[in-house]
Amino acid sequence: MTQSEQVSKKEEPAVLQSGPALPPPGTAIIEARDIGKSYGSVIALREVTTTVNAGEVTCVLGDNGAGKSTFIKILAGAHPHSDGEFLVDGEKRRFSSPREALALGIATVYQDLAVVPLMPVWRNFFLGSEITKGWGPFRRLDIAKMKAITKSELAAMGIDLRDVEQPIGTLSGGERQCVAIARAVYFGARVLILDEPTAALGVWQSGVVLKYVAKARDRGLGVIFISHNPHHAYPVGDRFMLLRRGRSMGNFPKAEMTLDELIQMMAGGAELEQLSHELARQLPDSEVARELESDVAESHAGSQTSEQSDESSEVSEGSRP
Amino acid sequence: MSTTAPPVEEQQRPPADRDERVGEHAWLAAFLRRPEVGAAVAALLIFLYFAFTTSAFARPSGASTWVFESSSLAIMAVVVAMLMIGGEFDLSAGAMTGTTGLITGVMMSHWHINVWVSVLTSLVVALCIGFLNGVLVMKTGVPSFIVTLATFFVLRGVNLAGLKAIINQVSVVDFQSASGYSAGNKVFGSYIKVDLSWLPWVDVPGTGILRVYAATWWAIAVVLVATWVLLRTRAGNWIFSAGGAQVSARQVGVPVFRTKVGLFMTTAFGAWIVGMLTLFKTTTAQSTTGVGQEFVYIICAVVGGCLLTGGYGSAVGAAFGALIYGMVHQGIVYHGWDSDWLFSILGAMLLGAVLVNNFVKSRAERLR
Repeated sequence: MTQSEQVSKKEEPAVLQSGPALPPPGTAIIEARDIGKSYGSVIALREVTTTVNAGEVTCVLGDNGAGKSTFIKILAGAHPHSDGEFLVDGEKRRFSSPREALALGIATVYQDLAVVPLMPVWRNFFLGSEITKGWGPFRRLDIAKMKAITKSELAAMGIDLRDVEQPIGTLSGGERQCVAIARAVYFGARVLILDEPTAALGVWQSGVVLKYVAKARDRGLGVIFISHNPHHAYPVGDRFMLLRRGRSMGNFPKAEMTLDELIQMMAGGAELEQLSHELARQLPDSEVARELESDVAESHAGSQTSEQSDESSEVSEGSRP
Repeated sequence: MSTTAPPVEEQQRPPADRDERVGEHAWLAAFLRRPEVGAAVAALLIFLYFAFTTSAFARPSGASTWVFESSSLAIMAVVVAMLMIGGEFDLSAGAMTGTTGLITGVMMSHWHINVWVSVLTSLVVALCIGFLNGVLVMKTGVPSFIVTLATFFVLRGVNLAGLKAIINQVSVVDFQSASGYSAGNKVFGSYIKVDLSWLPWVDVPGTGILRVYAATWWAIAVVLVATWVLLRTRAGNWIFSAGGAQVSARQVGVPVFRTKVGLFMTTAFGAWIVGMLTLFKTTTAQSTTGVGQEFVYIICAVVGGCLLTGGYGSAVGAAFGALIYGMVHQGIVYHGWDSDWLFSILGAMLLGAVLVNNFVKSRAERLR
């Protein structure tokens, strides 16, 4: 892993967006206690409790409509919560804008990646946190420096761009995702919230993204990884929080849960089994049906397959086609 | 295309200033990709066409008219282009040039107030209107097209009814007696004569003098400042991002509200400059001044390479758009054509420019 060594050996970034420093690994940065959110009479989320520790990955899992988006919007400062307590570094907070969250080092990489497609890569990288030089009316962007930093930061992440001047819309989905993660890490994020980072990616690109999640974790960041895919979440996660219909189904440290239990729990065991039978009858050749069937069979067989490697790097290496 | 996992030896190579995969002729491609290049080429062609088909167009004395018209138009085109890059429209910009001129004119002619006080009062009013436009657009979420259309009609009514209520006429004249007028005229209404009789095509004596009005200097200053802001400052970055992807911009911490309200105020500032320039050059202000010009500004910006959808464009391009408009407008007159055709030409020009821009945009978004 020469690349990760390069990252960790790198000097302190020139610009740090977050005020507070990174606490030692294992310390809780974010704590949510019975957090809830209602939009008028619609209750989107209720009584959700979880912790995000420095140097650990907390996975938030759930199907569509389970309340994952609402939960991250609260953490990211896009919407304030309506019930419960939300603590950052042990202090109660209630964000009214993403800027407040950013100031505490909570950075979010959204599904749409928060990039402006027509703007060059380097302008996107520094958008909202531009480096300037000069004074007064002559204060101007330090373009050469920003271009150089963008290029070297991306190279350290394994993205080798010909030209950082190209519009970011010309990059592939995985590359854009990595640019967004690299940006958050560079700007001194302490907590990285990743919203379905692998949802739209192929196998190899998902592996690359998971590798950067692990890399961010190894740098001591707290990571919140939102996903509906337990296969992606399990290898990198240290703690799993399951959401279902706006409610938390509990927090589980990795030691207490196998991948198969996780899958079972997410889908609701009996329902999954039923579905697999139905699909098998109607679409005997369907890949989904076969996958479901094997999932069900595995979980019935017990937890002997649970000795999944913790080494997240293996995921990325192993998933290369 | 770039790769996600280059071999290790490639990683350790010291980064060169320019990547070897970027070809020698990249500067040419980069040049052609600039939003203003198309408008610059079109402006040159139009100049050559009128210069060769009419006798007066290229003579310095004849050029004075279109240089002046293009200049005052360029100021508005540039500020409207900035607003459009930021993703918004301002249909009240035209009427605002009238409002500012009328306020200053009435204060000077009717109440005999010092020129500078009158000039600054209209500036404050313009900035307030711009601020109001911006806040309304951002707070209500109503498209700026509608909000500023409302402002446009309100201003149009105020320009007419307000003026009649105060001075009982529909135009302001006779303010040369106001104190400080000559100084105000120097800043906004004066011109210098440039002797260009040495140009080879000046064949009639007395036509070699080019009058460069104050508007031209203002226009050059506005283009330079706008280009500087757009390309070299944080505010410029914010403008492009607010227009290109507002939600994303907000997510990464760009103060979108401040940026857009600032843009509306900048547009109002431009309208104030043009209002003053028109007032002091023509020494009159009509209640209908500027009405109908708002679309001309937008057309100039689009002809200059701005996308109607925001996030892309340039100040220099918008200035070239204004130059094209000014040259076509006066060229038609010099040609002896019926100038009523101007609007049809404008419409065709707008459609053509939009199609070209969309083509350029899709090229920019695709692979290089």
